[in-house]
Amino acid sequence: MKYRVSHTSKYIYSESVSRCHNEVRMTPLNNRNQSVEKTKTKIFPMPQKTFERIDYFGNKVIGFDIHREHKKLTVTVISEVQTLPPAKPSAEFEKMPWNQVRDMMHSSSNSLDILAKEYLLASPLVPLEDEIQTYAALSFPEGRPIFEALQDLTKRIYKDFKYEPGFTTISTPLAELMQHRKGVCQDFAHLEIACVRSMNLPAAYVSGYLETDPPPGKVKLVGSDASHAWLTVYIPGFGWQDLDPTNNQQPNERYVTVAVGRDYADVTPLKGVIYGGGAHKLEVKVDVAPMAMAHQEGA
Amino acid sequence: MTDEAEVATLGSQLSSGYGALQGAAYDEMWSKEAGQTLEHWRPLIRSLEAVGDKELQRRHMEAQRLLRENGVNYNVYHDADEFSQTWQLDTVPLLVPQKDWDQREQALAQRATLFNLILQDLYGERRLVKEGLIPAKLLYSNKHFLRPCYNLPQEASALTFYSCDLSRGPNGQMWVLSDRTQTPSGAGYALENRIVMTRLFPDTFREIQVHRLSLFFRTVRESLSKLTPNREDPRIVVLTPGPDSETYFEHAYLASYLGYHLVQGNDLAVKDGKVWLKSLEGLKQVDIIFRRLDDSDCDPLELSESSKLGIPGLLQAVREKQVVIANPLGSGVLESPGLLPFLPAIAKSLLGEELKIPSVATWWCGQEKELQYVLDNLPKLVIKSISERHSGVFCQALDKAQLDELRSRIKRNPHLYVGQEHLHFSTAPTLIDNVLKPRLSVMRSFLVATETGYAAMPGGLTRVARKADSFLVSDAQGGISKDTWILNDAPDKQLRVWPQIVHTGQFDNEEEEVLPSRAAENLYWVGRYIERSESTARLLRTVIANLNDTDDYGDDSDKACLHILLQALTTMTGTVPGFLGDKSTLLNQPFDELKSLILDSKRMGGLAQVLNSFVRSAFSVRDLWSNDTWRTIDDIDEEFNQSQAEPINLYSLHSRLDEAVSYIMAFIGLAGESMSHDNSWHLLDIGRRIERVLMQLKLLRFCLTETQDKVVEHLLLESLLNTQESLITHRRRYRKSQSIETALELLLLDPTNPRSLAFQVFRIEQFVNGLPRSNKKQHLDEEQRLCLLATTRVRVARASDLIAVNGSERTELKLFLDEIEQTITALAKSLHHTYFSHTQSAQQLTTIRLEIAP
Repeated sequence: MKYRVSHTSKYIYSESVSRCHNEVRMTPLNNRNQSVEKTKTKIFPMPQKTFERIDYFGNKVIGFDIHREHKKLTVTVISEVQTLPPAKPSAEFEKMPWNQVRDMMHSSSNSLDILAKEYLLASPLVPLEDEIQTYAALSFPEGRPIFEALQDLTKRIYKDFKYEPGFTTISTPLAELMQHRKGVCQDFAHLEIACVRSMNLPAAYVSGYLETDPPPGKVKLVGSDASHAWLTVYIPGFGWQDLDPTNNQQPNERYVTVAVGRDYADVTPLKGVIYGGGAHKLEVKVDVAPMAMAHQEGA
Repeated sequence: MTDEAEVATLGSQLSSGYGALQGAAYDEMWSKEAGQTLEHWRPLIRSLEAVGDKELQRRHMEAQRLLRENGVNYNVYHDADEFSQTWQLDTVPLLVPQKDWDQREQALAQRATLFNLILQDLYGERRLVKEGLIPAKLLYSNKHFLRPCYNLPQEASALTFYSCDLSRGPNGQMWVLSDRTQTPSGAGYALENRIVMTRLFPDTFREIQVHRLSLFFRTVRESLSKLTPNREDPRIVVLTPGPDSETYFEHAYLASYLGYHLVQGNDLAVKDGKVWLKSLEGLKQVDIIFRRLDDSDCDPLELSESSKLGIPGLLQAVREKQVVIANPLGSGVLESPGLLPFLPAIAKSLLGEELKIPSVATWWCGQEKELQYVLDNLPKLVIKSISERHSGVFCQALDKAQLDELRSRIKRNPHLYVGQEHLHFSTAPTLIDNVLKPRLSVMRSFLVATETGYAAMPGGLTRVARKADSFLVSDAQGGISKDTWILNDAPDKQLRVWPQIVHTGQFDNEEEEVLPSRAAENLYWVGRYIERSESTARLLRTVIANLNDTDDYGDDSDKACLHILLQALTTMTGTVPGFLGDKSTLLNQPFDELKSLILDSKRMGGLAQVLNSFVRSAFSVRDLWSNDTWRTIDDIDEEFNQSQAEPINLYSLHSRLDEAVSYIMAFIGLAGESMSHDNSWHLLDIGRRIERVLMQLKLLRFCLTETQDKVVEHLLLESLLNTQESLITHRRRYRKSQSIETALELLLLDPTNPRSLAFQVFRIEQFVNGLPRSNKKQHLDEEQRLCLLATTRVRVARASDLIAVNGSERTELKLFLDEIEQTITALAKSLHHTYFSHTQSAQQLTTIRLEIAP
C-alpha cells in the first residue's frame, strides 16, 4: 500500500513562551516493511535552523529551537510511505519452541543477537515484576512454538483488558493497569513488552499509524485517525516480528512505523523544554490516506 | 647505623610506639620487617623534629584556620543552616618516592588511555559488546549509558580528565579502588592543601625536593584550550550545579585559579546550535565547557528531563561541533564497577598490553559462576550497584536477616550488582592529638589528556580515616586530608598557570569585561544585603544606646524619642507587628524583641537573617572575591553563627553590633579596594546605594513627617544624625542654629555628605549610566530616565520648603520622600528586568496520550 500520512501536533499556551527547545520524532522510518518516498516538516513559528539526525535506535529526529515570543507551536510532518506485507516465517521458525529462542538469545555470539539483548531488560516505563511474569507464563508452556505463544499472549491481553481512553495517563504504572485492566494502545504495548521480556525474550516498542476504516455507511473524515502503538519481538535468525495487542492482529501493510525504542519514552513524537508558557494543551491530528484517495481529494 | 638509630629515637618523640600501633595493614612509613621507618621518610621526620612538638601543633591549628578562612568548605547538601563544614588537613604529608611514582604514573596513564578507548567504542561501534568483551546486559542496564550521546563527533568525545582512588593491600601492592571519569573532583582541594602546606612549612620544602603542582594546572589549561579548533582563544567556562553542590568550593576555586567564568546552567543558552553565555554585556559564545555537573543533568531536552541545572539543546550544540564538553557527556558509564572484571581482557584487545595496575577484585553477578561466588561469600564482600555511586554495602556489618534480604535482592536482578573484595587499605602516619598514628588511607590521582598522552598530577589528594580501623574517609563525614608529596630527585622550576605572554601589544580585554548575568544579579544583591545589614545594625545600635540612657536617667521626652525609634526600627526592618503592635508591653520591655532582631537567624528582616542572605549571595559568586575579601565574608558568617558563650545583655548586644558594623565596613572597604571598578563593582555599589536610599527614606518618613514636641524632636534629630554618621558634621557645620532644616539639608540634599540622599542618587546615576546597554539611540532608556528624575527632584528641592507644616504633618517632606521612593523602587525593578531577567524557569512539555479506537 501507499499512504500519505499527515501528523500535526499543536501546543497552545496560556501565557507566551519566550524560548523553546524541541525534538520531533514524527517522520516514518525505512525498514524491510516500508520505505519513505517523500517527507516534509513544517514548524510554526518558523525556527532559524533545524537539525536532522538519526538517533541511537535508528529513528529520524528533527531538533529546533525558537527564540521569539509565541503562544502556539505547530509541527506538521507529511510523508508518503510505501508499505509491504510482513515477511512470513519459514516452517522451521513456525515450529521453533519459544524456549529454544530464549536459549539462543542467551548463548548466541552473533552480534545482532547480542545487541538485541538490550530489549531483554527493564526500561524506564517497563519495569519487570513478578505479577506480570506470572500472567505471561500462561502463554509460554515449555515447547510451545514461539509464534503460537506470542499470538496467544496478544489475544489474552486483547480479551482481558478493556480499551478505555482517559482512564490511564502516561505515568500510570503497569501494576495499576494489571489491577484495573483498562487502558489504551500504549498501555497494552508496554504490558505485552513487559510480558515478553519477563520470559527472557527481547521486545521493543513501536510508534506509528494504522489506516482505519470509517464506520459502516459513513465517509472517512480527514484527521480522524490517530497515533498508534504496538510492539515488536526479536527472534534470532528471523528478525523482528510485530504484534498489536490493541487490535489482536499482526501488523500488516496498513500499519506505518514511525519510530522504535525500548518504550514510549524513547520515541515521544514531540518533546520540548519551554520557558514561560503557563499551562498548555495539546491538539493532535493524524490522517492516514491511501494515495489514491489523496489524489481524489486534490482533484 | 648510628644515624638510623638516632632517627628512631628522635622519631619516638613524635611516633612513640608507632610501630606497635600497627595492625595487619601495610604502612606507608613504617617497615614492619625492618622495625623502622622507611628510608624516604627520614628527611621529613627529621625536619618535623626540628620544627618541634609545640610548633608543629601550632602549625597544625594554623592549617585548619587557613582552610577555614579560605573557605575550603564542604557543603552538606540541602543543609541550609549549616552550610559549610571545614575540611581538615593533616600536616603530615604522604610521601611517594620518585621511582615508585614514575611507575605509577605510567600505569595510570595506561588506564586512562584504556578508558578513553572504551568510551569511544561504547558510544560508537560497540565492538567490545559485539565481541563479548563487555556483556551486553552490563552495558545496557547501566543508567549512565546515555543513548543520546551515541555517535557524537569524535573530537568532542575524548576523555580529557581521568581520576581514580588507589590504595595498597597488606603486601604493599597498589590497587585501583574506583575510577572517576565524569567530573573528577579533588584536584582543587589538593592544590589548596599544597598552598597551605607551603606557607606553613617553608623550611621543610627547602630541605626536601617535592614536585610542584603548578605545571599540572598549566597543562590542564593548555589541554582545555586545545579542545576546539574553532577559535584560537576559546571562551572556557566552568559549569557548576551551584552553591548547594558539595564541591562548590572547588568549582569556584578552580574557576578563579584557571581564569575561567564560573557558570550555572541558566547562565548558558543554546541558540541555533551554539552555546551562549548570558552576560551583562550581552550574549557571548562559549566554546568549551569544563563540566562539574553530572552528565545526565546537563541537557533536560535529551537527558534527564527532571534536571533543573542543565542547558536544553546542549547535546545538539555538541553534535554541531560548536562546543566541546570535558569530560564528554556519557562518560559516567565508565565509572561502573561492573567493568572492572573485564578490564584485563579489554586491555589486551584494545592495547595489546597487560594492565599495569590491577583493580580491586570484583565479580559481576550477571554471570552464573560469579553470582554463585558472591552469594556463597557474601559476608566477606562489598556489594555495589553497577550504576549507583556511593552504593557500597559492607556485608561484614550485616546480620543474618540483612544478608538474606540482600541475597534475595541480588537474585532478583543479578545483573545490577557486583561483589567486591573488601580491600584492606594501607595506613599512613597521621597526627591525631599530636601523636603520629597509623590511619587507613586512600589516595586520589588526577590525570589530564595532552597531545602526547595522559599526564598525571605529581601529587594527589590523600584522605585518611579519623578513627583507627575505620574505612570511612568520605568527605561528607568531615574527613581528614593530606598533602601528597612526590619526592623529586632534582628541584622543579617554579611555574605559573599563565601561558607565556606573546608581545603583540594587545591585551585580552574583552574577557575581563564579561560578567555573567547571574553573577551580576548576585553582586547587586550582595550590595543590597550588606547595606541592609549596615542600616539595620546602625539603627539598632542607636536604639540600644538610647535605651541605656533612658533606663539610667531618662525623662518622658527621652522615653517618647525611644519609642519612636523602636517603632521606626520595626518599620525599617519590616518586622511587623513588633513595636507597632501591642504598644504598652513591648515598648516598655523591648529587650527580647531587640535580641531577636539581632541574633535570631530565622527572623525575617532581622540582622542575623539579613547577614545570612548576604553570605549566601556572596558565596554564589565565590570566584569573584579575593582571599582577603572572602576572609571578611567568612568573619561575618562566623560572628553570627557562633554559639553564644557570653551572657546576652544590652552591653554584649551593643558590642556585637559594633563588631558587625566593623566587619561590614571592612568588607565594603576591601571589596572596593580589591575588585576592579568595572561592572561588577558598579552593580554591587548600585545595590548598596539603592538599599541605602530605601532604608533612609523609611526611617526619615517614620520619624520626621509628623511634628513632635520640640524637645523630643531635638533628641530624635540627634539620634537620626548619629545613625546616619552625620552628627559630628552637623554640629560642626551648624554650630549656631541646629534645626530640622539644617538636619534635612545635611541628610537629604548635601551632595558632599557620603550618607546623604543626594550623594546616593548622584552615585547611582553615574554608575547606571555606565552599565552596558543595547539602546545606543539618542533618547534615554528607562533606567537613565528614572535616575534623572530622582537626581532632578533632589537638585531642585530646598530644605526650607521641606519643613513646611500643615496641621501636624510635614506634607512637602512626605511628598518628596514618597516620590523619591517610588522612583528608586521603579529603578530597582527596571534594572532587574533589563539585566537579570534570565531567571525565567523552564518546564517540560507534557506528552501525547495515544488514543485510537480499536
